[in-house]
Amino acid sequence: MTLRTPVARARGLGSAKEGVHHWWMQRVTAVALVPLTLWFVASLVGMAGAEYAEMRDWVSHPVTATLLISLIVATFYHAALGMQVVYEDYVQPHGLKIVVDIATKLIFFAFAVASIFSVLKLAFAG
Amino acid sequence: MAEFTLPRNSKVRRGKTHPAPKGAKRSKEFAVYRWSPDTDENPRLDEYTIDLDQCGPMVLDALIHIKDDVDSTLTFRRSCREGICGSCAMNIDGTNTLACLKPIDEVKGTVKVYPLPHMPVVKDLVPDLTHIYAQYTSIQPWLQSQTGAPPDRERLQAPDERKKLDGLYECILCFCCSTSCPSYWWSGDRYLGPAILLQAYRWLVDSRDEMTGERLDALEDPFRLYRCHTIMNCAKTCPKGLNPGKAIAEIKKMMVARV
Repeated sequence: MTLRTPVARARGLGSAKEGVHHWWMQRVTAVALVPLTLWFVASLVGMAGAEYAEMRDWVSHPVTATLLISLIVATFYHAALGMQVVYEDYVQPHGLKIVVDIATKLIFFAFAVASIFSVLKLAFAG
Repeated sequence: MAEFTLPRNSKVRRGKTHPAPKGAKRSKEFAVYRWSPDTDENPRLDEYTIDLDQCGPMVLDALIHIKDDVDSTLTFRRSCREGICGSCAMNIDGTNTLACLKPIDEVKGTVKVYPLPHMPVVKDLVPDLTHIYAQYTSIQPWLQSQTGAPPDRERLQAPDERKKLDGLYECILCFCCSTSCPSYWWSGDRYLGPAILLQAYRWLVDSRDEMTGERLDALEDPFRLYRCHTIMNCAKTCPKGLNPGKAIAEIKKMMVARV
């Protein structure tokens, strides 16, 4: 039971004064991912059946490595932002929402680091 | 998790059947949601077969005919019967609309009538709009300015500036849009929903209003504004043909413009 007024409940804790950055970054990463994903898929199709050495030479090229790392950062950043929105929409209660959101962000961060490390290892250590 | 199924005491059962009157030539079946707070019973769907020769052409005419001549216990809101008061907003044939603007002959087969979705029900087709009215209050839907009004005349507005209110001022606050929005269903406690955000935008673009920045501050919130995922049920269902989704997109553009 509550005796708070309806307006008190509607106003709640007030505005978070936040959300623009999240929304904008979702759009920016989405725009970046369109060419990067097309390039990545087209390159992989073109390299089908390639030898290890050929693949390593391709990844080692400065342009390729730069684009690959950009793709990795944009993908995991975009995915983390998107999953946060899904959790905010569907996960109750609040505590569980925070737990799954933090877990997702840490896992995506680890994936991104591992992916970037793989690119660097191929590029510098073969 | 979000609730996707109805609680046991909200499951809708089959209700009473009211057959067609004797000698009915153009009979039409209506299935109407019924629930009363005075009993412990589950909601039910009552079936009324009426003679269309005995009532007007709109769904509201049929409901009034049922209440007057068949079953006086049926409860619903209505006032102007011409699409300007917004009282008779309900879910007809699966879509939120105004009963007074919905022709019966647009519905094939049984006309199913439910209250606006996902709102607490006061009785039968009457939803509890307390929270959404409070949300409307929270956006301060009135002109605010630091400059005082001219002493001898109204506040002036150029024709182009006035034009920006077209597609916004026509909103009658029937809440068909907000109650059709899945984001409002899941997060309506904090998300303002399409109706309230369209109203918020109506004051954001009013050339006479000077509190644009404060209004944007109050809206910038992951829930209040950014629960809109452009699902666009709002624009599809609006009985006045307005586009709340576009108004919300314009608010998001204003947010980015001041970063």
